[in-house]
Amino acid sequence: MGTDPKHIEITLETQVESVNLAEEMCIRVAEAAGFGEDDCYKIGMSVREGVINAFHYGNQERPEKKIHLAVDLTREKMIIHVLDEGSGFTLANVPDPLAEENLLSTSGRGIFLMRAFMDEFDVVPGRTGGAEIVMAKKLPLQDNQGTNGQGGQGASPHQGA
Amino acid sequence: MPLRATHRDAGQSTVVDLSGKITLGEGSALLRTTVRGLLDDKRTNIVLNLADVDYIDSSGIGELVSAYTTVKGRGGELKLLHLTKKVHDLLQLTKLYTVFDVYTEESAALNSFQ
Repeated sequence: MGTDPKHIEITLETQVESVNLAEEMCIRVAEAAGFGEDDCYKIGMSVREGVINAFHYGNQERPEKKIHLAVDLTREKMIIHVLDEGSGFTLANVPDPLAEENLLSTSGRGIFLMRAFMDEFDVVPGRTGGAEIVMAKKLPLQDNQGTNGQGGQGASPHQGA
Repeated sequence: MPLRATHRDAGQSTVVDLSGKITLGEGSALLRTTVRGLLDDKRTNIVLNLADVDYIDSSGIGELVSAYTTVKGRGGELKLLHLTKKVHDLLQLTKLYTVFDVYTEESAALNSFQ
């Protein structure tokens, strides 16, 4: 179980294959960080949806644009940043996919799924001028009676976003 | 695992057996072409057997919705059969579980066509 802060950053091409690549990488990081199967699924799905959002809506599938993915692993949580090179968007303007009139829409559920699956979620203006999705999942509570001598430090207090 | 789709006729209806992932790209595209192909062949009563679909993303959900509305628009019906837990939970979360006609028995799904 890693307790030292870690930072991973990769630049992805605007192509469908990047979606799977990003998902697989983040699932591996999540597994190594000690997340269980269900949380790994939710983290993987959220990363997938974030990169789909960047690929399709942000970069509008233009291959000359890039998708920037960063993962920060702290003692408390796994934080994921997905940055596109589009023109940004405002969360408040995203239609609610659960509204009656949107239920049969064929798109527009990605943001909803990320919000549902992660503990923290926000969209901020990115340094590229595009949108930066920032989402986080709290690390599972560690067994402080552990035998590796790190238990005491792993007992982080609950803290807000 | 990439999506695979085979179909078999059951009287006036058709069962499409899907296995793998329905996700952005080939998975969603294969589902679309399979359903459109059946409609072109005048097979408008369709059961999608999702027993071996272990993963679906928002693109896949959108493709299921698209299949549902397209089939309905051609005067047919689309039913879902054997949802795995992940697909079931996603349809619940997105409130689509009540939109789709969902079955746990193939015979019941086939008998449900008017």
